[in-house]
Formats: sequence, C-alpha cells, structure tokens
Amino acid sequence: MKRTWFVLSVLLVLAMLLAACQPAATPAPTTAPTQPPAEPTKPAAEPTQAPEVTEPVQPQEFVFGMLLVGPYNDRGWSQAHYEAGLYVEEKVPGAKMIYIDKVNPADRPGTTPEQLAEDLVSKGAKLVIFNSDDMKDGAEAFAKARPDIIVIHASGDGAWKEGKNYRDLPNLGNVMGRMEYGKMIAGCAAALTTKTGQIGYLGPLINDETRRLAAAAYLGARYCWTEYLGKDPAQLKFKVTWIGFWFNIPGVTADPTQVADDFFNSNYDVVISGIDTTEALVEAKKFRGQGKEVWAVPYDYIEACKEAEEVCLGVPYFNWGPMYAKYIQEAIAGTWKPSWDWVGPDWNDINNPDTSHVGFVKGAALSADASAQVDKFISELAAGLNLWKGPLNFQDGTPFLKEGEVATDLQVWYLPQLLEGMEGQSVSE
Amino acid sequence: MVKTSSRWTNLAFQLLAIILALGFTSLVMVLAKADPLEAYRNIVMGSVGSLNKFSDVLVAWVPLLLATSGLLVTYTAGLWNIGVEGQITLGAIFTTWALRVLQDSALSPALIILIGFISGALGGMLWASVVAFLKIYGGVNEIFGGLGMNFVATALTIWLIFGPWKRPGIGSMSGTEPFKEALWLPTFPGLRISPWSVVVGIVGIVVIYLLLQGTYFGLKLKAVGRNRRAAFLLGIPTTQYMWMAFLLCGLFAGLAGAVQVLGVYHRLIPSISSGYGFLGMLVAMLINYQPTWAAPVALFFAALNIGSIQLPIVMKLDSTLSGVLQGALVLSVLLMDGVRQRLMQRR
Repeated sequence: MKRTWFVLSVLLVLAMLLAACQPAATPAPTTAPTQPPAEPTKPAAEPTQAPEVTEPVQPQEFVFGMLLVGPYNDRGWSQAHYEAGLYVEEKVPGAKMIYIDKVNPADRPGTTPEQLAEDLVSKGAKLVIFNSDDMKDGAEAFAKARPDIIVIHASGDGAWKEGKNYRDLPNLGNVMGRMEYGKMIAGCAAALTTKTGQIGYLGPLINDETRRLAAAAYLGARYCWTEYLGKDPAQLKFKVTWIGFWFNIPGVTADPTQVADDFFNSNYDVVISGIDTTEALVEAKKFRGQGKEVWAVPYDYIEACKEAEEVCLGVPYFNWGPMYAKYIQEAIAGTWKPSWDWVGPDWNDINNPDTSHVGFVKGAALSADASAQVDKFISELAAGLNLWKGPLNFQDGTPFLKEGEVATDLQVWYLPQLLEGMEGQSVSE
Repeated sequence: MVKTSSRWTNLAFQLLAIILALGFTSLVMVLAKADPLEAYRNIVMGSVGSLNKFSDVLVAWVPLLLATSGLLVTYTAGLWNIGVEGQITLGAIFTTWALRVLQDSALSPALIILIGFISGALGGMLWASVVAFLKIYGGVNEIFGGLGMNFVATALTIWLIFGPWKRPGIGSMSGTEPFKEALWLPTFPGLRISPWSVVVGIVGIVVIYLLLQGTYFGLKLKAVGRNRRAAFLLGIPTTQYMWMAFLLCGLFAGLAGAVQVLGVYHRLIPSISSGYGFLGMLVAMLINYQPTWAAPVALFFAALNIGSIQLPIVMKLDSTLSGVLQGALVLSVLLMDGVRQRLMQRR
C-alpha cells in the first residue's frame, strides 16, 4: 500500500511538472469555448439560406487557414491577425477562416508549423497564412512540400526578389506593414510625454525586423524631442531590453513583466512595447496605482489601449484585413501571384480600416498639447518627412548614412545594428 | 498480495479504469460546454484519418517509444529516472554539436547522420551518468538529481541558442540555423516520417524486451529493483547494475533526442524534448513496467497528442485535453489496481 501512495504522489508531482511546462497553454480554454458557437453557425446557416432567396450566384466556399504564434486573444500581434481573418470572412463572400493558435514549440511540444499547416489543409484550407517570423523555416518548407497551396508568410522576405533570402517559390508570398511609421509616432508620443527624458523599449527577440522597429521608435522620439521640444538629443535616453522571444515563455525568455518593472523602477517613465503582448501597459497601470507617473505604448492591436486607458499614450497597430482580403479574392479568382508587400499607411487617413495597413490610435493618457504635436508629426510624415536620412551612425559609431543620404528599403529592412544614441544589444553576443 | 486473480477480473478492472478515465475527461468537456463524442471522433480522425496523419503520429511515437524503452530499464532497477527529459535534451545537443562540426566536412551525409545518432546516445548517457554518480556515491535521490539536471539541460540549450550557436545577426529562442536537407533523415515521399527513425524505435523496444524478459541481466536487474539489499547479499553487484540501468536509459533517451534533431526539427530548439520524457513515464506506469505493451500504448499516446490538434481547429477546444485524458488514464489504472489488490487481500 505504501508503494501505491508513493506512486500516486510521484504522479501528482509529474502532473504538476507537466502543467508547469505549458503555462501559456492553459489560460485560453476558459474563454475559448464561449465565443466560438456563434462562428461555426454563421457559415452553416449561410448555405442553407442562400439557395432559397437568391438563386443566381451562390458564393463558393473558400477556406483559408491561419497559424497564429500566440493565443488568438492576446490583445497583440496574433489577435490583430485573427481579427483580420474575421474581416476577410465579412468582406469576401464565401471566405471561411480556420486557425490554430499558440503555434510555437513551447505551447505545442512535438509539432512543427508545417505539420499544423497540413492539419489546416486537411480541413479544406486552400491558402495558409503563417503569422510569425518564427515560422519562416516552416512556411518555406511547407510551400515547397505543397505547391498546390498558397502560402502567405507575414513579416517574411522569402518572396522579395531583391532581398537577401529570396526563395523563388511560385506559391509563397509575404506581407508586412511599414510599421516603422507607427513606431516613429509611438516614439514621438513617448518623447513628448517623458518627464525624466528616459524611454524604455521592451524588445522581443533580436533580428532585422526588431532592430529596425526599435530604431524607428528612437528616430521618432529624437525628432520630436529636438524639433518640437527644442531639447538636446544628448539628454534623451533610449534603452532597449530584449526578452528573447515575441512573448513570455517562462524559464526560456526573460520575463517582460520584470523588464517593464525594472524600467519603471530606474527612472524610465515611458515604456514602448515591441512584444506581442501587453505586459508594459499592465505594469504601467500597476505603477500608476502606486502613485508613480508612468506611461506605456503597447503594440500591434488596435484595441490594446483598452486594458489600461489611463496610462496608454496610444498604440501603433497593424490592420492586416485589407491585404488578406485582397490575396484571398485573388486566390478565388485564380489570379494570385507571389509578391513581397511592404505596405505603408494610407496617409489620407492612417486609421481607415479598409485602406490603411498600419495605423496609430492615440491614447487617453496623451496630453492635449502632445496630442496636437503628434498630429503635426503625422502630417509631416504624410507630407514626406523621412527620418531614415543621414547623417546617421550605427550604435558602434560607424557611419550608416552620409549627410543627406536616404536609406533604401534594403538598408532599412536589413538594419544590421541599432543606431547611435540607443542603449541595448544590437546582436546577441 | 495473493496472486490468484484470474485474467478476467484483471481485464474487468482495466476496462473499468478506462471507462473511469473517459468518464472523467468527458465530464471536463461537458463542464467546458463541449460535446465529448464529437471531441473523441475528432481525435480519432485527426490521428488515423489519413496516411498523412498517421505518419505524424509515428513521428511522435518514435521518440516517445525510445524514452519509454529507456525508462523501463531504470524502473526495473527500482529507479525513478525523472532526469530522462534532460537526457533527451542532451542527446539533442550532442547530435546538433556533431552535425555542426561535420556538416561542412567531406564525409557522406549518411555517415554524418550515423555519427549524429551515436553522439546523441553518448550525450544522453553522459547526463544520466551524472544522476547515477550523485545517486550511487553522493546519496542524492535520483528524483532530485534528475530534476536538477533537467533544469541544467534547459539552461544549457537556451545558452547555446542565444550564444555560441545563434543564427547570424539573430538573438531569438526560435532555434539554431536548420541543417541542410542532405542531413535530414530521409522520409517516405510526401510524409514526415522517416523509415530510419521507425527502425530505430522498433529495434530499441525489441532490444529492451529481450534484455528484460530473456536474459540473466534482466532477471538480476529485477532482483535489484525488488530488493536491493537482498540482491546484494545474493551476490549481485548492485552498484554496477544501477550504473548499467542509468546508462542504458540515458542511451535510449539520447537516441530520442537525436531523432528529434535529425528527423523532426533539423535544428536545436529550446523545448527539443517535447515532453516525451515525462509522457514516457506515464506510458511506463500505465503498462506496469512491462515492455510487452510499450509499443502499442506509446502509439496510443502519440495518437492522442496528434489527434488532439483537431480540437482547437474544429471545436475551439484546447489541445491539452489529450494530456487530461492521458493523466486520467494512468491515475485510474493505478487506482483500479489498488482497489483490486485491496479486494483480493480481504478475500
């Protein structure tokens, strides 16, 4: 009998260990089942209804799949993609989304993106969107293995002819937003708000994309700091701390909550988030509750500020819907061709949900003065202001752009280092 | 414990255990407002519904079976080798290491892959030997030693991925640079499973079966497991046998890690063990440490893992439900075993 108890207690320990190994996996199920019932019924009702009322064209169903690196409701990167999928379902007749979220080896041990894409295809998907840079190898391997399926790899460059990683696959396309603008606006709002002159940047992992986005935030901050406030650029501190992945994976990445706390505790009063989730905002709210004057700028998702309006300066966000709708329409019509699309904002209205791929929503915590200046900054950008212009040096002091030289797309996309004036690692050592 | 129970009562108790586990899992689903039958149907279709799916099940089956095979040896010796996870990880690290060193050499890819396997086995054995050393000479219980070594293995992986083995210009936990395709275990056309890894898995469990059921070594190992002191007094060199058990388990775990690198991920990632070590412990407990049923039960567990991927796609349920079912199964089988023994004793 003693042995049985021993066995049972060891089992219990094991169960706890297993549970501890997959912490991010658990929060979703409680919320997940409540929402979906509405969704499956919608397409089911459609076909039954359609034949009776309208006889002429019944839209044929076109299933597209999406692999989301994080939870579909992360209030960040993955949710922006998920809602873009809902947008497509609404705008493109017959389009139906299926998806798998938390596609990363920590949440789904033993799986690969290619394999999960195959699962979506077996459920009818004709086009699969891989939503993370982390799935680059998987997206390309899958595109090679399944020439009959259209693969859209968001944030990748495998379809960029002039790029460094061109793969020349007839069924692989890329899309990314020119979020540099959004980050510049975020940096501007941060610089106009900070009282200590110290801005923290909560960085994800280090690669070309994250370096250029952090650098863009710095450029925006420095511009508004010097041009609008008339202050000395040397007085502006801008520090990047990387956590090692797009979101927190306990035991693997640095803890973004801790990193944000460290910023706020060491006189950095604005934290700009570069990660998929909203820890910076949540922590700012916590510090505000303790009477500290701090702010945060979240990222990725249009409604991210809602989690803590009182500390939110605004959010640069992606609006993937229109591009995805375009690809899926083309796929239905049979006219889709691989392309690498780096899509900017619609400068007439950067928050137009049908035309602007990136946007910026100002937050409630932005002061009236700062708000007016942010508007001015946006209109300057719209009029052609380019901050990727020399003289600019890399972090180590080597020249990046000569006086008056404007960076090309290649130079910006593959930014090899942070810029002079920024603190933080450029490449992991 | 009287050994008079007939096969039929045994079977009845096991059946009852399965019903209990299914009932519990169904209850969880009902509480989450999901249809259990629909969920089970999806799991089945998602695991054996097509050749493609079944080949994915095999991809998970091989490392799980290898881990289970190794664990059967340590269990037989009465050892709780919880460090198996770290041993898988070290196998993967050593395999990656060997491939990184040799990938640009003139050696043929087949030879490099073979060296990769051998290195993986050595890596697993190295990590197991630390636990064995602590246990045998330091008096550190292998559960604690193993647990500690698991953490060290994870830290080592992350350090390598962010540090010396990082991809050029990148600091990300997503893994090392993938190896060129020539160094991937060749697969069946259009599928993800390699015949070679299946062969490694099957040979592994057959070897363990023969070793434990058909040799003196196996018999003596059992004696060590049942009563170490008595075995020692009867002239069995128990220290040596414990060493052998740890090293064998490390070897198999290392092979599992090698398969993960060579046949599944083609690079090193932070969670390279995929939890197959812990899952292997559950399999071993479920089969009462007898190798006969290792292959089918591991296959069943692998099928649950792969099939449950359908749940989020089709029903918006979390795939960790398969883990609930696996855990419930093991618990209820042990529970029923206890109930049966108690009833037998009363009689």
